[in-house]
Amino acid sequence: MQATTATEAPVLRLDRISKIFPGVKALSEVDLALYPGQVTALVGENGAGKSTLVKILTGIYQPDGGEITVDGTPVSFPTAQDAAAHGITAIHQETVLFDDLTVAENIFLGHALKGRFGLIDTARQRRMAAEILHSIGAEIDPDTRLRELGIASKHLVAISRALSIDARVVIMDEPTAALSHKEIHELYELVEKLKAQGKAILFISHKFDEIFRIADRYTVFRDGQFVAEGRISEITEGELVHMMVGRSVDQVFPKRTPSIGKEVLQVTGYDHPTEFEGINFTLRRGEILGFYGLVGAGRSEFMQSLFGITKPSKGVTKIDGEITVIRSPAEAVEAGIVYVPEDRGLQGAIRPMPIFQNVTLPSLSRTSRNGFIKLAEEFALAREYTERLDLRAASLDTPVGNLSGGNQQKVVIAKWLATQPKVIILDEPTKGIDIGSKAAVHDFMAELASQGLAVIMVSSEIPEVLGMSDRVIVMREGRIAAELSGDEMTPETLVRHAAGIAEA
Amino acid sequence: MSTTERFIPDRLQSPLQKKIKSWESLLLAVAIAIFIANSFASPYFLNAWNLSDATFNFTEKAMIAFAMALLIIAGEIDLSVASIIALASTAMGAAAQFDVSTLTLVLIGLGVGLACGAFNAILVCGMGLPSIVVTIGTMSLFRGISYIVLGDQAYRGYPSDFAFFGQGYVFWVISFEFVLFALIAVLYGILLHKTNFGRAVYAIGNNATGALFSGIRVNRVKSILFLLTGLMSGVAAVCLTSRLGSTRPSIGLGMELEVVTMVVLGGVNILGGSGSIPGVVIAAFVMGLVTFGLGLLNVPGIVMSIFIGALLIGVIALPRLWEMWRK
Amino acid sequence: MTQLLKSREMILTGAIVVLLGIVATRFPAFIAPSNLLGVFNDTSPLIILAIGQLVVILTKCIDLSVAATLALTGMVSAMLNVAFPDMPVVLILLIAVGLGTVLGAFNGVLVWKLGIPPIVVTLGTMTIYRGIIFLISDGKWVNSHEMSAAFKSVPRFEIGLPMLSWFAIVVVAIFYVAMTRTTLGRAFYAVGGNPHAAVYTGINVGRTQFWAFVFSGALAGLTGFLWVSRYAVAYVDIALGFELDVVAACVIGGIAISGGVGSVGGAVLGALFLGVIKNALPVVNISPFWQMAISGSAIIIAIAVNTRASRTKGRIILKKAEQAA
Repeated sequence: MQATTATEAPVLRLDRISKIFPGVKALSEVDLALYPGQVTALVGENGAGKSTLVKILTGIYQPDGGEITVDGTPVSFPTAQDAAAHGITAIHQETVLFDDLTVAENIFLGHALKGRFGLIDTARQRRMAAEILHSIGAEIDPDTRLRELGIASKHLVAISRALSIDARVVIMDEPTAALSHKEIHELYELVEKLKAQGKAILFISHKFDEIFRIADRYTVFRDGQFVAEGRISEITEGELVHMMVGRSVDQVFPKRTPSIGKEVLQVTGYDHPTEFEGINFTLRRGEILGFYGLVGAGRSEFMQSLFGITKPSKGVTKIDGEITVIRSPAEAVEAGIVYVPEDRGLQGAIRPMPIFQNVTLPSLSRTSRNGFIKLAEEFALAREYTERLDLRAASLDTPVGNLSGGNQQKVVIAKWLATQPKVIILDEPTKGIDIGSKAAVHDFMAELASQGLAVIMVSSEIPEVLGMSDRVIVMREGRIAAELSGDEMTPETLVRHAAGIAEA
Repeated sequence: MSTTERFIPDRLQSPLQKKIKSWESLLLAVAIAIFIANSFASPYFLNAWNLSDATFNFTEKAMIAFAMALLIIAGEIDLSVASIIALASTAMGAAAQFDVSTLTLVLIGLGVGLACGAFNAILVCGMGLPSIVVTIGTMSLFRGISYIVLGDQAYRGYPSDFAFFGQGYVFWVISFEFVLFALIAVLYGILLHKTNFGRAVYAIGNNATGALFSGIRVNRVKSILFLLTGLMSGVAAVCLTSRLGSTRPSIGLGMELEVVTMVVLGGVNILGGSGSIPGVVIAAFVMGLVTFGLGLLNVPGIVMSIFIGALLIGVIALPRLWEMWRK
Repeated sequence: MTQLLKSREMILTGAIVVLLGIVATRFPAFIAPSNLLGVFNDTSPLIILAIGQLVVILTKCIDLSVAATLALTGMVSAMLNVAFPDMPVVLILLIAVGLGTVLGAFNGVLVWKLGIPPIVVTLGTMTIYRGIIFLISDGKWVNSHEMSAAFKSVPRFEIGLPMLSWFAIVVVAIFYVAMTRTTLGRAFYAVGGNPHAAVYTGINVGRTQFWAFVFSGALAGLTGFLWVSRYAVAYVDIALGFELDVVAACVIGGIAISGGVGSVGGAVLGALFLGVIKNALPVVNISPFWQMAISGSAIIIAIAVNTRASRTKGRIILKKAEQAA
């Protein structure tokens, strides 16, 4: 397919759009143009203003300045329905659909097909939904309740929804973040189909391989400002990264000479009725053990079970050679196992509470006497660990929710280090945080290991797994598919075991 | 982002600054205003005995309100408190028919309160059911048992020294109930604001999942809160039964709403996560003063409830209206 | 899931049938069609109110002011009838519904525009509305002999069934269609099921909740008129505490208090379940004082069963688990 000529007019153009929140200028006079039949990648670090822009385009936020034009006509989107009426639709990071409604209802909610007396024509909706689903190759029964579908199917419903309003502009906000390899490829094919239908696509992604694979154009934002735009074919990955961070960053992992000590954790025969089975491994002091696998391979589920959140039906945990029963996170912390969850907002930090209270929450027994809080000791402990992690914040009594994603992650890690654990489990520790914080987390992980802590790192990013781990366990469909170390640790072997592809 | 300053201060605002801007200060101003207005409106208001009498309007409710405040801060609620009073009072009344000692009566009252709290705790924490529905259920169940036992009858014949809890005075005009109220206020204030347990309560109310993942024993903390609320309802049952000298199944009917009103008026977020005991104390006085002042003006009880209802909505609505108007 | 929801209604229907069966063993006349229609008629106010509450609970709210709204509109209807005996009863009925709508809208505005939690709002308005009855009536009763015959005849007028039953049937029919086949009806589900996503679909969460309160208020207004004309008496404390029966009917009917899940059929069945118990107790010689404890137990059992049924049992990752499921 030949790229369209540069003279072609954009469907949608943003001109000097600004958005100000109390104290923050989220977007400052940014430009963006989307062309029919082309995929434009929107690139930027976290906090660059991408999600704010999506919310403006979908009528959730109103811009404080600038102009939006559709086909050269100035428009405004006071509500989400106005954006939809102009043919703009978004498929969000987390699926924003309704679990208790049927697939057909999800597709047509907000623009229902009306029949007699202005009532919803459910039969026609069902038929149309089936047609649209079929057209994108999704064989899903329109009467199924959404709750019963997997994440990939939910994405297909979201895309069908976009198609049902005859969208001309489709915004995809990190659509592949939660998908498996196979599902990602199916999504790429779908994007090609949408392109062929002449839709303008805004594709937001952190994955550069993906951007270079499917995008025609790029637009770069940094700190709420427009940096550059152009054709993907005329730029290299390094240049794009440079524009995005304002400096050139090679993804460098800290060099370590692991000093691996005696065995600290031994897991034998962990089984769960539906999530995982036959999990056996050991972990030594000073070691970083990577857990690789496709999303949904059961890694987080197993880790949460090890941490005492869910009960396995069988399994023995030995810590320093002693059998330890862990029935709750509280017992896990006592035993010296801590867990930095993937879902920071819900499971990691208690966002409305101040930083210092978050840090000391599991260590309160150390900063108190007979159950009574010693505020000075609390602040001292919080200060010690937040400084070690180079936290950036206005004050220690700032609510954690006011911090950036990277700094929130630092608070969660500080919280666990303050308990002086033996084993720290980090679940996707750098997911969704900016490159600067990412490097800081990597450096810190290396430092922890060198101090003798045993580290388990769950990650879906191959460079991170290979760059950080001394040993890698690959999980597939709830079981350990392989344990790799030394020269066996190559991208190919990881992918092969994760996907269950036979030896080439 | 350009700041290279490495040092992070503990606080940006001193605790005192925060206090001045707080809900409690606003509420205190309201309380003082009501006090002044009342003293102008009625010549009988500024009389030590009358004021002392007025405290009975809120002491029993406030005892429960302190425990309820912790429960609501932790993101749960107990609507069965008034029914626990009914059941505890019925149990005491039944026991009183067998001429048991006053101490035994008190222990029965407290024990039934604890048992009811434990029942709620098992359903909410043990079985993971939503507390608002569970306690609407136990609200019917507990009072229903009282109705089954008593029907349209009443228990009387409490021993004469039992009257002390609801009618006795410790010193001059200071009633036993008021002393008990003050003591419980201090204990709950310390529990919520000065202990690890109190910190856990806030953590759970702000994000129960996050608290669990931080090694807090969420279910244990919540269970204790339900037990405490049950126990406080038992204490209130002793005081109220002693004050009335009789038990009917309708005793304390509708009191749960006044307790919740007091807690919310005191600045506790009904959705959990924030609130303070001093706030609830001031709210108790505000409600007591309003009721008493209007009583002196011969305003009937039911009309007073309009003021309480309006107060509940007004104190939350006015700051928000003010903010909207300023924009 | 559709099957499961259907079966939940089936379970409840089964429970009602079993209940009727037990009563029938001791008193067969209870299940005579005429008596069952009587039970239905008697339960009609609860059914109407439960449907209003259903709409509110679906949107993640709760309306504790329904009984007070009922009592206030009932009192206003009665006083209008006494003051203007010649005023057409239909006009009084419309005024009652209108007043209920206004009272519901007041709740709704506070929730929508000021963002005050619904439980706080309706706790407050519950006492305010109840207090207003005292203010307008001076605490006096309006008794049967003061009311006009036409006023009292409305709920009793029979067209095959008493009008009271017809009102309930019509409300059920209208709301069944409205909840399944109108945009607003589906919006109630969307708002409660996933408020965050509702915004992205162009649904205004606050405004949808406002409409839920309006409907609840209007239905409470209608019930207020019917209640007072049926019992031919109005006073401050009528239907005191009835809001709990209404919430109980919804909970028993499988409506999730967390919003987004529930059906008109469930609300009706929940109300009927309570209605059957209430009417059966005197028949089987159990003191009516048992009713409160029984409905309390029913609420607890219903919520335990519903929560258990909807609990997720972890993700299915293992291949063998997938086959088992």
